[in-house]
Amino acid sequence: MRERILSYIEHNSRIDIEDLAMMLGSDKITIMNELEAMEAEHVICGYPTLINWDKVGVDKVSALIEVRVTPQRGMGFDKVAERIYNYPEVDAVYLISGGYDFMVSIEGRTLREVADFVSSKLSPLDSVLSTQTNFVLKKYKDHGVIMAEQHVDEREKVSP
Amino acid sequence: MRNPLNQKISDIKPSGIRKFFDIVAEMPEAISLGVGEPDFDTPWKVRDEAIYSLERGRTFYTSNSGLKELRVAIADYLKRRYDLSYNPMSEMLMTVGGSEGIDAALRAMLDPGDEVLIPQPCYVSYEPCTILAGGVPVPINLKEENEFRLKPEELESAITDKTKVLIMPFPNNPTGAVMEEEDLKPIVDLVIKHDIFVLTDEIYSELSYTGKPHISIASFPGMKERTIYINGFSKSHAMTGWRLGYACGPEKIIAQMTKIHQFAIMCAPTTSQYAAVVAIRECDEDVKNMREEYNDRRRYLLERFKKMNIKCFEPYGAFYIFPSIAEFGMSSEEFCTRLLREKEVAVVPGTAFGDSGEGNVRISYAYSIENLKKAMDRIEEFVNELREKN
Repeated sequence: MRERILSYIEHNSRIDIEDLAMMLGSDKITIMNELEAMEAEHVICGYPTLINWDKVGVDKVSALIEVRVTPQRGMGFDKVAERIYNYPEVDAVYLISGGYDFMVSIEGRTLREVADFVSSKLSPLDSVLSTQTNFVLKKYKDHGVIMAEQHVDEREKVSP
Repeated sequence: MRNPLNQKISDIKPSGIRKFFDIVAEMPEAISLGVGEPDFDTPWKVRDEAIYSLERGRTFYTSNSGLKELRVAIADYLKRRYDLSYNPMSEMLMTVGGSEGIDAALRAMLDPGDEVLIPQPCYVSYEPCTILAGGVPVPINLKEENEFRLKPEELESAITDKTKVLIMPFPNNPTGAVMEEEDLKPIVDLVIKHDIFVLTDEIYSELSYTGKPHISIASFPGMKERTIYINGFSKSHAMTGWRLGYACGPEKIIAQMTKIHQFAIMCAPTTSQYAAVVAIRECDEDVKNMREEYNDRRRYLLERFKKMNIKCFEPYGAFYIFPSIAEFGMSSEEFCTRLLREKEVAVVPGTAFGDSGEGNVRISYAYSIENLKKAMDRIEEFVNELREKN
């Protein structure tokens, strides 16, 4: 049940609870209790909305920054990650296998703002050895959604 | 000028669904729940394989029977999913959709006057294909009280000494009915006793929601040698436009079907066949996900109709539900036409699938839940208005 609920709200957190209950052969109260429990357990960590800012005309610049660090004794990478993810500009931080340690995703209003963050906040951190900033030129798909596409039903309206 | 036309084809009425389609075509804003094809896109890896095959220049005919690699993969799949054993070299033919297989099988088996038993309501092609093959269609009117399953007494009373073929259209379009093991057993006994052949159209076999695996009539002892098994990629893998299906059966019948196919068609589309190798080998997970989503929508619609107090048996297959509209005292066609004109929702009258569909309408759930919800809200309004007036 949990998995089925999650698979629906992962793609549409605004789904009507009553509809969801009917689809899963359950009732509204059960689904609501399950959702509340999962929120309390932090299985559900939030309900953000996927926005195509390009269409709003709001300038946004995002960058994926590869960061190499020295892990701290006894704390591994977690302590370093915490120093980074606490900045509100930082959108996501992943520990990565391969040629560098963290992938940090950040968002700013301008190129300058992002560059300033890297040079004045991120790079000077003690454990940070190097950074490489990759600016995002175009976002094609995010969270499983193709940004540019609007799905049109091209089927014949009635068929046997 | 002489009449250029063949009498048999001229006498066949156009599909009842066609008439309804023409009305819907005038109303572009209408929400439709009228389609008989999946709303999902063909899985990308299948489409990608098709593109790759074109890049490689695989644009020639395949053998008449179809790509060997594909037939071998299908034989594996049939064994794995339905415990059916067919020799891919001699007992299988790749066809242009399941439809071609139905047509070729009837043409290969029927002599003039042979009777074909057709449980109705059912898909629209069995009757005309029977007539065109020189056979005589004999409808068996299935009943709602039996959840539109075929009962042995219904079968037995339709059998004559001219009966040659029984068509088994399950899971069923338009009713969504299925035949489970205990339903099939007595049918199998009768078929063997009366020495009848079976044409089983299992195009919806992947869409069964009984919680048990779909069971094929061809898998019963003594049945393989008297059954033509039809399946394809349209419904299971959301590949309607690719036009690819297959027929399996005794070598003797498949050989004659291959002859018809050879002269009429040559071979199934080559690009589709290459893509289908990936579909049959690598897409079990995609098929399962689609089935789960269909099942959720099925439950949703059943619950909505239950709340509206509309009689609707629980269908366990395909992607249709078949609620009863008999309480409103109008024909299925009138109900559908008014629903379309007054609320702009298109559903298909049960009578488009045979006389025994009177009193019911076919609702397809090959639509997103948002779409279904919008349509169901309007149907609810319509039903409430009808009840207020009565």
